[in-house]
Amino acid sequence: MTQAHLDKFGRPIVVVTGIGIVTSLGQGKEDNWRRLTAGESGIHTITRFPIEGMRTTIAGTVDFLFDGRVAAPNLSEKLATLAAEEAIAESGIGTSGEFPGPLFAAVPPVELEWPERQQLADAVGHYPIVYRDLLGAAASGQFRPWHERFLFGSVADRLADKFGTQGQPISLSTACASGGTAIQLGVEAIRRGETEVALSLGTDGSVHPEALIRFSLLSALTTANDKPEEAARPFAKNREGFVMAEGAAAFVLESYAHAVARGAKILGVLEGCGEMADNFHRTRSSPDGRPIIGCMKNALADAGVTPDDVDYINAHGTSTPENDRMEYVGLKGVFSEEKLAATPISSNKSMIGHTLTAAGAIEAAVSLLTIQNGRIPPTINYNIPDPAIPLDVVPNVARDAQVRRVISNSFGFGGQNVCLVLAAEPA
Amino acid sequence: MPDVTEGRGRIQRDVWITGIGLVSSLGEGLDAHWQAFAAGSAPVTDNTTFAPYVVHPLVKVSFDNQIPKKGDQRQMEPWQRIGTYAAGLALDSAGISKNAEILSNTDMVVAAGGGERDFQVDAAILNDLSASNDAGRLLNERLLSDLRPTLSLAQLSNLLAGNISIVHGVTGSSRTFMGEESSGVDAARIAYARIAAGQSEIGLVGGAYNAEREDTLLLNDLDAFCMKGEFSPAFTAPGIASGSMGAFLVLESPEHAKARGATPIAKLSGVWSERAKRAVAGAVTAKVKSLLDKAGTAPGTAVISGVTGAREATEAEAEALTASGLPVRAVANRIGHGFEAQFIAALALAALTVSKGTLFPPLAGDPLEKAADGVSRVIVTQVGHWRGEGAGLVEKA
Repeated sequence: MTQAHLDKFGRPIVVVTGIGIVTSLGQGKEDNWRRLTAGESGIHTITRFPIEGMRTTIAGTVDFLFDGRVAAPNLSEKLATLAAEEAIAESGIGTSGEFPGPLFAAVPPVELEWPERQQLADAVGHYPIVYRDLLGAAASGQFRPWHERFLFGSVADRLADKFGTQGQPISLSTACASGGTAIQLGVEAIRRGETEVALSLGTDGSVHPEALIRFSLLSALTTANDKPEEAARPFAKNREGFVMAEGAAAFVLESYAHAVARGAKILGVLEGCGEMADNFHRTRSSPDGRPIIGCMKNALADAGVTPDDVDYINAHGTSTPENDRMEYVGLKGVFSEEKLAATPISSNKSMIGHTLTAAGAIEAAVSLLTIQNGRIPPTINYNIPDPAIPLDVVPNVARDAQVRRVISNSFGFGGQNVCLVLAAEPA
Repeated sequence: MPDVTEGRGRIQRDVWITGIGLVSSLGEGLDAHWQAFAAGSAPVTDNTTFAPYVVHPLVKVSFDNQIPKKGDQRQMEPWQRIGTYAAGLALDSAGISKNAEILSNTDMVVAAGGGERDFQVDAAILNDLSASNDAGRLLNERLLSDLRPTLSLAQLSNLLAGNISIVHGVTGSSRTFMGEESSGVDAARIAYARIAAGQSEIGLVGGAYNAEREDTLLLNDLDAFCMKGEFSPAFTAPGIASGSMGAFLVLESPEHAKARGATPIAKLSGVWSERAKRAVAGAVTAKVKSLLDKAGTAPGTAVISGVTGAREATEAEAEALTASGLPVRAVANRIGHGFEAQFIAALALAALTVSKGTLFPPLAGDPLEKAADGVSRVIVTQVGHWRGEGAGLVEKA
């Protein structure tokens, strides 16, 4: 450990040595990067389950992994497994089935789903049933494996077995900021010196009828079903809601000293993490943007940089009328007018939709790819600018640019906000 | 905020417990629990409402006292209400309620499950689905019309923390851990570690569980984990008697506490989280033994166990605890099992015990609980009903 491996606050520098990603655009960094920079959309009409009677019938589901329906935790687990495999292979760390650090897993909450409920009801042996009857069917022992499968810790537990991570994995949720929180927990653990390495990931495979309808009932989803690939329109005047989506991203985080000592290729630096909770409303941001502003400022302070040091903003950019306006209000509170106007900002959600629990992780991965490749993915479907949000959203077409430092925003229902500062390897 | 003294030569400092909020079947607040323990009262159980399941129902609580707006209460299912209430008790106990400056720098970690289902709606939809030729459409239409729009917020795991932010103004940061018993261990461990390392000054950590709901009984009975019939002491491994409870702690650095004139209830001296390979015979017992060794078994040490009553996990823990020779008390013998909340409740009772300097009387009929002398340090053990082993050490401040 030398001074070069510590940040300006004397803490171990945390670097990324492996990245994995799966979205509706495809499996792996290569496919995702190619399609993201080509401005392609992964949003499509849902075929996984009947959509008759629904208000929103489109999503960014990942349909290429299973034939037919599997329960959400199975899909979340599969997505996370693929992302983690890619990240660990790239980093070349550990040995197969023996990852030398803890697992921080952003996973969606789970519960029995309707197909399971229907099987339980059928097993009662008569209709009509009352809910209590289902308990008798549960106690029959016919559905024993469902207990473990639908525990909240189930997905991370199986990942811990598969990858041989150390200790008890942490399953976490800060709603749509979860992926960012998983990374933050890894960064903090390495800074504390508890570990040299951590596996942080976010995964979400929860597009099923009730999940979709619940977001519909909160009026959060777009109903622009006719042209699915044009439905997610972050920052555009005609944006009308987000598109639910699935995916995962995983990171091997490592102390700089450890990565250098083993000759690992360094993909970027996790310079800072900031968070601040909002107590205004369960689904709406404080109108003055104070928590969003505080969250970004905390992240910049944690990284020891200023707004002027930021080259690109990877937006939360959900495409809801409220979020995108509030994100702009927040950015105005952090960046000078001049700097904000000169800083490109784009929303990956315009192409891959809102992957909820995984979004913060996927967007952090894209942020690092942006730095690596010197190319900024666009905000697609930006055809009608919103005069109330005068930002350079990298409209519709990717742009070459030297990007050394990115902030990536994630704002969750429940007022849970996380901002990450990611940068190129120290010169 | 970064602390310049943090880093590889990082600071390790004491962590104080300066506030406790506890509500359960035995009552509300530390005094009510201590009195019930001292009286050797039988646990409060209900084996009729959800027969054949045994649960510990929540004491009657006036939620208005901590959640004054009815509108807020309506946005929450009971588990969130219980947790938001207990969090308020903890903030009161620490003397920081309504202190906007401190609350806006308080780091929150909540251990949460989720739920809850609307039982009438679920049953009605299942009945109609059984008779439908177009089940997909029917399900979609019924969910759209029958689910309350706010239901998903009342179900989301991270919305207990969200409600605590809204109702009590805790906004420094907000993280939610899931994963049954071990989520409580890790919530405490992360809050503890961040303060010890100078990454945080003050934190609110806790969890809540509503035992009086059929959907979680269903989930646990899928694999026959529930206690049925008559209540039996936990170390007889009778199955899980779930208990409604909310448990929150305020953890604080001594510097931060002293600066505001606060005194510790007890000291949190360590939290460890482990994961035995449960398929390997003896692995859980060995893990618990190693946790006890880490915490140290000096004279004056007792164990307050978060034992669940679940098969296998309970016997394995009992073996390690018996071998240690330490006096043992089971939280489940008094307030039942609160899953995500259990470890935090056990830490609360450990803090209460060391502050009193004596262990409460044993429960008759439990094979491990024996009379004990003075206690100045308590090891809290937590063996998850299906996964995860953890421990915490609480010492007299």
